[in-house]
Amino acid sequence: MGKYLVNLKINNIPVSVEEGTTILDAAKNLNFKIPTLCYHSDLSIAGNCRVCVVEVKGQRVLSAACATPVSEGMDVFTNSEKVRASRKNVVELLLSEHNADCTKCYKNGNCELQEMTSEYSVGNHIYLDLVKDKDKILDISSPSIVKDDSKCIRCQRCVRTCEELQAVSALAVVNKGDHQKISTFLNKPMHEVVCTNCGQCVNRCPTGALVEKNYIDEVWNAIYDPDKFVVVQTAPAVRAALGEGLGVELGQRVTGKMVAALKKLGFNKVLDTDFTADLTIMEEGTELLTRLKKALVDKESVALPMFTSCSPGWIKFVEHIFPEYLANLSTCKSPQQMFGALAKTYYADKINIKPEKMVSVSVMPCTAKKYECDRPEMRSSGYKDVDYVITTRELARMIKQAGIEFNKLESERYDSILGESTGAAVIFGATGGVMEAALRTAYEIVTGREVPFTNLDIKPVRGMEGIKEAAIKIKDTVPAWSFLEGVELKIAIASGLANAKKLVEAIRDGKATYHFVEIMACPGGCIGGGGQPIPTSAEIRKKRIEAIYEEDTNMTLRKSHDNPEVQEVYKEFLGSPLGHKSHDLLHTHYKPRKRY
Amino acid sequence: MENNILKKVDLIFDNTCDPLVVVDKVLAKSPDDVILDIIDSGLKGRGGAGFPTGLKWKFTRNEDGDTKYVICNADEGEPGTFKDREILDKVPEKIFSGMAIAGYAIGAKEGYIYLRGEYNFLLPMLNKKLEDFNRKIKAKNLDFIISIKSGSGAYICGEESALFESMEGKRGEPRNKPPYPTVSGYNSKPTSINNVETLVYALMICKLGPDKFKELGTKDSRGSKVFSVSGDTPNPGIYELELGMPLKEFVSEFGDGDTKAVQVGGASGHCVPRKHFNDTIIGFEGIPTGGSMMVFNSSRSMYNVLHDYLEFFTEESCGQCSPCRIGCQQLLKGIEAIKKGEKSPIYIEELKRLAATMKIASKCGLGQSVCNPFTSIVDNFREEIIY
Repeated sequence: MGKYLVNLKINNIPVSVEEGTTILDAAKNLNFKIPTLCYHSDLSIAGNCRVCVVEVKGQRVLSAACATPVSEGMDVFTNSEKVRASRKNVVELLLSEHNADCTKCYKNGNCELQEMTSEYSVGNHIYLDLVKDKDKILDISSPSIVKDDSKCIRCQRCVRTCEELQAVSALAVVNKGDHQKISTFLNKPMHEVVCTNCGQCVNRCPTGALVEKNYIDEVWNAIYDPDKFVVVQTAPAVRAALGEGLGVELGQRVTGKMVAALKKLGFNKVLDTDFTADLTIMEEGTELLTRLKKALVDKESVALPMFTSCSPGWIKFVEHIFPEYLANLSTCKSPQQMFGALAKTYYADKINIKPEKMVSVSVMPCTAKKYECDRPEMRSSGYKDVDYVITTRELARMIKQAGIEFNKLESERYDSILGESTGAAVIFGATGGVMEAALRTAYEIVTGREVPFTNLDIKPVRGMEGIKEAAIKIKDTVPAWSFLEGVELKIAIASGLANAKKLVEAIRDGKATYHFVEIMACPGGCIGGGGQPIPTSAEIRKKRIEAIYEEDTNMTLRKSHDNPEVQEVYKEFLGSPLGHKSHDLLHTHYKPRKRY
Repeated sequence: MENNILKKVDLIFDNTCDPLVVVDKVLAKSPDDVILDIIDSGLKGRGGAGFPTGLKWKFTRNEDGDTKYVICNADEGEPGTFKDREILDKVPEKIFSGMAIAGYAIGAKEGYIYLRGEYNFLLPMLNKKLEDFNRKIKAKNLDFIISIKSGSGAYICGEESALFESMEGKRGEPRNKPPYPTVSGYNSKPTSINNVETLVYALMICKLGPDKFKELGTKDSRGSKVFSVSGDTPNPGIYELELGMPLKEFVSEFGDGDTKAVQVGGASGHCVPRKHFNDTIIGFEGIPTGGSMMVFNSSRSMYNVLHDYLEFFTEESCGQCSPCRIGCQQLLKGIEAIKKGEKSPIYIEELKRLAATMKIASKCGLGQSVCNPFTSIVDNFREEIIY
């Protein structure tokens, strides 16, 4: 059904927009920017900060531009005297309850409130300082996220993020009036609640109230320590976004420059999580085929569908919300932790470094990875397999601290070994990527032929939709896998935990049946991770995904089993996928957790 | 005291009629005719905001869809208002009947009474009477059933959209408007939400006819209204009076001879000082009120009065929108700071500007109305506030 066009005037300029358009969007059409704080394009409309108020002729009160749909004949003023005075007042009010120690704030320079304050020249604080207990309300209990209520302006973006995008609701509004605040269940510390550490709230917090717990100093200290040998791994999604914070155009891959920067920062070896992404495919693909064999041939009871296990936010979500599905999770560690386990065993041995001298750092698009590396299960090497996780944002900051002109760097290559990877690994960074990579390998193992898609691009699993599903018919199998002949392999993909929840519920209620399901905790997959540059939006995530697939297309090797270093690590060290060593180092287990 | 102008009325508590007889009379008419009668009567909402009741019913009726609701707003939380409690206690069948009439007029099959948490002591009685009423309505083949939902004591839940949120089991926070309740109210369905007193007046209009109702009051303020009179008065209590009365007459009837100000409309209303008693009309053409009339004599400190109100709003703001949440605190702490000499008296001008911003930039009626008591008290009793 076509929508009606509505005619209105904004600042005396006529404009026609579709019925249902908000004043905010209509003004954008005319290139009038109306400032916002509680508004976020990924979230429902709150209309509570009142920074976007505009004057509508004939109305007694101002209207929130983000929440008010246009109507015929409307006469809107976005910058009238009333509007400006009110908006300035509102910003001043917000400042009065905000702990504005900007120079000491982690978000200094990347704070929407700060920007607005500067736009509205709120120089002297006219109102009384209402910030309570400035130093007492910092919650540093979580290994991933720091919550500072003294900087919170109650825009509730985090609350909506946690509820709408992630279906977790670890953060909620409590109390009313002057006691109103954003809190966890019973005001418990962040590490004791249902929070998955995904960091989506951090991505959307307009101030410094929610930030990642940063490990920048710890990493510098390790680098400066002459007794330590510091290796760094970089996740697939980092290269598609790191440039955003360093003056590079959105959507530009910066793999080579990133490697060069890491070397300049002083890491002893610059290695690639992509290598263990390929390894994950070998392990997880074999695990899937083994589960299918058990189900179809041995008629054993085996948990299907199998869920991917790369995303630590998703893992913790299952542990809290769907503990009955723990057996469905692949036992494969995430690529980060596979890397960590190999670094302090196989790799340390290869390069003749004592594992106790090695510091293993990983650069991730993710805040949940900080939590993951702290899990007690992640000490297979006998040491903490990954010592520190820093986000894409923290790496950008370190590069700035070191005075490196990122844009002028010449590309460099990853060190070998544990630096080689295929296109299948890099697409781990986008939703559907793990599935595509797994299919490229599994299909070939089973049939001896490449997946029947043009140029290996499995288009049905690509795209930004929250939930995708596909089916692939297996034909002409090689003898060892003949039991799969004619089987239609059913797969599904979800990104964002709210979508994941929907999908698992559909499976639980018998409304959908799959063999293999890929789930990423963050919208769009790791490129939209909680550790990625701020801001984020569907458009930004789309650009990053494009960059990821472009990197895949440009690679010579595009199937994980073709990775020569992976082949070598099996030959020299691991034996075979799901073998004894793999079991010890590359696989793990999960534990049920309470919801509260 | 003799008084010819102040006209006492007996419509709301009049117990001589069987409200169900009025329902029968209404059922003989078409819903559109019922609505026309209410529009014709000029009845405006008695909760304080004063929206024309007939139009509200008409808008709700005109919406598409089979599921619509009638809600009786019995979340009487405005400081100084206690008339709905009395109506609920004394003439509950009249409220139920008013709701049934509204349900018939707009095409709703369900009605809810949202009862203020503090009025839960009325629940057993109301539920018992309601059971009886629902049975009688069913016997009339009118497909309409009423139930009661209890609030939990938040002032903000009297704001209609926050009330819906609360009824839906969510945090009581006002919604963005539009859409208005007549389009999307409880459960996002078209909803006509009316104050307790309004529903009883609707019933009485159906009984007496709109012309009889229009004989009372003025052109802009038809009919009468139940007032809750409190404060420095020898005769506190509940009075049904004709609308459009001059405040002077009210004061001569209810004052103690030393009245210095009347707070009209509760904490969120306006403070009228003695010098304006003569030229103030109680009604929609003057100062509208949900019924609260607080009388202060010269022994009262208007600083304390304002301070109390601001404390109330600071606590009862839902906290979601910045002008209200922070503004209330700033106004409260601001007058304290001036009083203590920590801020100069000129700071009061800054606070007045803030109140003006709150009036136009807040999300709902709560934040928007804090300006009323603040400005009217500060303007009229400036020296009491700053010294």
